[in-house]
Amino acid sequence: MQAMPKWADAILIPFISLLLAFILSGLMIMAIGKDPVVAVQTMVQGAFGSTNGLGYTLYYTTNFIFTGLAIAVAYQARLFNIGGEGQVMLGGVGVALVCLAIDWPHWAIALPAAMIGGAVFGAAWAFIPAYLQAKRGSHIVITTMMFNFIASAFVGYLLINFLKVPGSMSTESAGFPDGAHLPNFHDMLAPFGIEFSANSPANIAFLIALLAAVGFWVLIWKTRLGFEIRSFGASETAAKYAGINPVRITIIAMLISGALCGLMAINNVMGEAERLIDNAPEGAGFIGIAVALMGRNHPIGIVLAALLFGFLVQGGAELNLWESIPRELVMVIQGLVILFTGALDNMVRRPLEKLFLALRKAKEA
Amino acid sequence: MVVTTSQGRQTSAAPSSPQTASMSDPLAIELRGISKAFGPVQANKDISISVRKGTIHGIIGENGAGKSTLMSILYGFYKADSGTVLINGQEVQITSSQAAINAGIGMVFQHFKLVENFTVLENVILGAEEGALLKPSLGKARKLLQQLSDEYELSVDPDALVENLSVGHQQRVEILKALYRQADILILDEPTGVLTPAEADHLFRILQGLKEQGKTIILITHKLREIMDVTDSVSVMRRGEMTDTVKTSETSPEALAELMVGRKVLLEVEKTPAAPGTPILEVENLTVVDAQGVIRVKGIDLQVRAGEILGIAGVAGNGQTELLEVLGGYQVGTGVIRMNGEELDLTGNASDGQSRREKGIGHVPEDRHDEGLILEFSAWENIMFGYHHDPEYQKNGLIMDTAKIKQIAYDKMERFDTRPLNEKLPAKSFSGGNQQKIVLAREIERNPDLLLIGQPTRGVDIGAIEFIHQQIVALRDQGKAILLVSVELDEILSLSDRIAVMFDGKIMGERLPAETDERELGMLMAGINNGADAAQSGDA
Amino acid sequence: MTLMKSFLGAAATLALTSGAALADPALIFDLGGKFDKSFNESAYNGAERWAAETGGTYRDVELTSDAQREQALRRFAESGYNPVVMAGFNFATALETVAADFPDTKFAIIDMVVDAPNVKSVVFSEHEGSYLVGVAAAYAAEGDTVSFIGGMDMPLISKFACGYAQGFKSVKPDGTVIVNMTGTTPAAWNDPIKGGELTRAQKAAGSEVVFAAAGGTGLGVLQTAKDEGILAIGVDSNQNYLQPGTVLTSMVKRVDNAVYDAFMQGDALETGFSVMGLSNGGVGVAMDDNNASLMTDEMTAALADAEAKIISGEIVVHDYMSDETCPSY
Repeated sequence: MQAMPKWADAILIPFISLLLAFILSGLMIMAIGKDPVVAVQTMVQGAFGSTNGLGYTLYYTTNFIFTGLAIAVAYQARLFNIGGEGQVMLGGVGVALVCLAIDWPHWAIALPAAMIGGAVFGAAWAFIPAYLQAKRGSHIVITTMMFNFIASAFVGYLLINFLKVPGSMSTESAGFPDGAHLPNFHDMLAPFGIEFSANSPANIAFLIALLAAVGFWVLIWKTRLGFEIRSFGASETAAKYAGINPVRITIIAMLISGALCGLMAINNVMGEAERLIDNAPEGAGFIGIAVALMGRNHPIGIVLAALLFGFLVQGGAELNLWESIPRELVMVIQGLVILFTGALDNMVRRPLEKLFLALRKAKEA
Repeated sequence: MVVTTSQGRQTSAAPSSPQTASMSDPLAIELRGISKAFGPVQANKDISISVRKGTIHGIIGENGAGKSTLMSILYGFYKADSGTVLINGQEVQITSSQAAINAGIGMVFQHFKLVENFTVLENVILGAEEGALLKPSLGKARKLLQQLSDEYELSVDPDALVENLSVGHQQRVEILKALYRQADILILDEPTGVLTPAEADHLFRILQGLKEQGKTIILITHKLREIMDVTDSVSVMRRGEMTDTVKTSETSPEALAELMVGRKVLLEVEKTPAAPGTPILEVENLTVVDAQGVIRVKGIDLQVRAGEILGIAGVAGNGQTELLEVLGGYQVGTGVIRMNGEELDLTGNASDGQSRREKGIGHVPEDRHDEGLILEFSAWENIMFGYHHDPEYQKNGLIMDTAKIKQIAYDKMERFDTRPLNEKLPAKSFSGGNQQKIVLAREIERNPDLLLIGQPTRGVDIGAIEFIHQQIVALRDQGKAILLVSVELDEILSLSDRIAVMFDGKIMGERLPAETDERELGMLMAGINNGADAAQSGDA
Repeated sequence: MTLMKSFLGAAATLALTSGAALADPALIFDLGGKFDKSFNESAYNGAERWAAETGGTYRDVELTSDAQREQALRRFAESGYNPVVMAGFNFATALETVAADFPDTKFAIIDMVVDAPNVKSVVFSEHEGSYLVGVAAAYAAEGDTVSFIGGMDMPLISKFACGYAQGFKSVKPDGTVIVNMTGTTPAAWNDPIKGGELTRAQKAAGSEVVFAAAGGTGLGVLQTAKDEGILAIGVDSNQNYLQPGTVLTSMVKRVDNAVYDAFMQGDALETGFSVMGLSNGGVGVAMDDNNASLMTDEMTAALADAEAKIISGEIVVHDYMSDETCPSY
């Protein structure tokens, strides 16, 4: 017997949490002397009000879908992958190496190759902490977090010593060849007569992210491997009883997680920057944790949560741009959303459960 | 049967206890119309109980009948939705465990709440220290402990570390803790679950002694025998309601069982004599060392033949768990295990739970919640659990055929009379008995040559026990070998065709059920072998 | 489709309302943020000075993401801001595409050269200013060892180091200049602890004067130099006041002037390549009350002499970035 109907758990709670976060954010915006209503309008306009803004929103959304799915896969096995950031960085290296390797004739050939490059590099970076956890019991939260720092230093080293264009001051690789240019929404929608901003970074990687979400669903709920991952996550003792090898599942779940992080690089490195820059993930690996948490580790939830965070980043940039609301406050608003939807879940859940019980009793009586 | 001696002497330890105790004494505790709901579940419905001073009152009921909830309300863990509590005729508000202690209520939990690396004395005064310095409190407690141990056979070394004490002694520390806090009403929740029969008898002697002193005792248990042996009166709970309160002398186990379940139950297992065939499982010199380096199983030998049930008796924690784990393929060991004559891998390198199943070993683990089931998963997922590689369950090489699995799960659950018969519900929403039926349906329906089964009826309601026992016997009658591990002697005696007793990782002896009794098995369980069959024991 | 139309309609409205700010200038800071006590803050000060003097208004934005560079440029340009000034070489790639799309908007980029008809590129002759502080260090040091601590290892910072070494060796040809970089990632700009460690190590190797061109890391260098009893040289803005008495001088780089000038010219911004060097006050040596006691007459005279010779062309300071080599170390 459940205290609340499923829809309330999946929709109502996040919605109320969000509302609370926005109310608190509104009070803070008022405190610095700005109009919260105008701020909300600016954010919504900026994120959805033009195809250009929408393109940016969906670009960020794509990043967060990849990392959200990655964190969720690991979490299905109760592994906290805090190392998404580093895995995305390494994925970027993989994508960059593939894109720079040859003069690609067409993106349709370059894209699958780059996907493999990103996934392999991301997975390889996740493999080391996974192995240490599975074989040596080194706590994966600590190791993955530390590996973010190592990744950052390692990518910096690679950029400066091998990938950087000589004479250039920016720590970034050379631009990718034209054949590695991914079609953006403008290119993709033009054949259908839909005019989409040519300058927004949303590109075909968004569709790949949606495919990854479907793949996630199939993997977790339709395959034996997914069943074993979930079993191991739900009860390690039961998994051992059933003959599910903890070492194998830990490593496989982390490899998939790292590969999904690495795949994000086809969006930000190949689709947007078209060169490898330093600190390319820009926090997407960490936001993925919040996205997975808020999305309840379910692909539909993750896509929606990623869209929310895409909106927050793009809308937040607009706030900074037009309302002179400092970017630090924009970060606070994003932090509040994470806090309310993630950490303070029970604050909303408990009273709601009581409310539903009271309603049910009233109906029975 | 328990014998009590009256050694009543008023002590300072029990300043408020009356001089005499008899059935005509006033009520020590009275509950009036207690109700408590958790969400949609009504855990207690209008419960009223009166317990007279100086008596032992039993509360019996199946798992989930609401016994623990009721006691938690009495001890201030939960707040009742309605109803009142009277102690010594005075209405009291028990809002916290501290309030309960102040009202003179002491509680001995099923899982002890002791600090393992503290001494007995330190544990006793913990939370009841007087003043800033420990020394005066310790001195006072030492004196009191001495008195109590003299009077009630409650002897424990006050300076021993709790972690070094036996379970029975740890329980005494819990009782001492309550008495030190001047409890007049002592509540014990399933106190004998972890004790040997001898330890249980000792506990009951202590309780009788306390009763003589005018203490009031409430004993919560699901064991009918204990109720019959020690209580003066008994209340029966079923589905959150109090079905009846009777004088123990005026009732019988059968009558109580019927009150608990709501229908007539067969307490004895009906079975024909076994017709053992060839050996299915042979264990030679099996030794298990756990991850901490403790030797859990010390070189045992045993054999289970087709068509027989070998019962392993013993107090929990004497190596039975590890024995099952090695046989189940997820614990490493040394020695030799042969299944149908074929030697099994014990190193864990070439074996796991999966490979054991392929060899025809079914396993109903002792711990249903942590091993046998994944509580959050639906029943159908639990029914494929461990067998999820079975080609029958696959749509193709990649995707599982969930519709088919659900249908198979439904059929199995139906054959095992699982209620509610809904394969989509999560395992946690089934009662203990129905959870066990899900595990049994999964393992028995695979038609294993050998079934390992640990604590088949732990936390299982009486109605389901009957059914589960019948299934085990039916499997035996199909000529399968069954290794049964249980801490319930009644169960071992009524189901087994042969009984091996484990103590401290060794087999203390083997007996035939017809030629032994609880007393003899109890001695073996405590490690005392009269030497009648030294040759049978697994080690020298 | 109707949805898409309403999107476009809304965008048009937004563009119109924003259009009220027509011809105001705009400033885009780099990822480091407005108040970094260094480069970005200097740009901010220039903009503020312009606002205070002219009473004009301007728009600025701090970025959080690399993808926002092009976005911010484009949004400012399409909303009619003119000129759009960006602080930092990282904008080069974005500017190249945006400048072509908005031929009527003037852009100014600092520390980088972007070749487009509507772009003004402002670069500084950091090597010249560094040469001068190298001369000052040579006079301040009793022995013949001084040192340099850079932030992130990149050509621009080597340009500082190389100029510094040339200046030092012009006085003490056989002396030693120890050069250390804090790191290879942007984190190296904000690691005062490591800055302090490097300072201590350099002192142990004999250094008497340490020149820090390392952003926030430099604050740790200045502090440690004081604790260890050696002299330090600040960078970008005048940092003499931070540790009075132990900061010999600062190699100032007038980013504020570059922003101020661009804002002053407004949409009539003169495009093309512009070098801010010693001759036009783009770089220099900071002299104030805080370091007056440290600057001897001999040193001041030598600095004036060197400055005059550089301006006249008699001394040519080698620019590391021209060939990524340095003759002096």
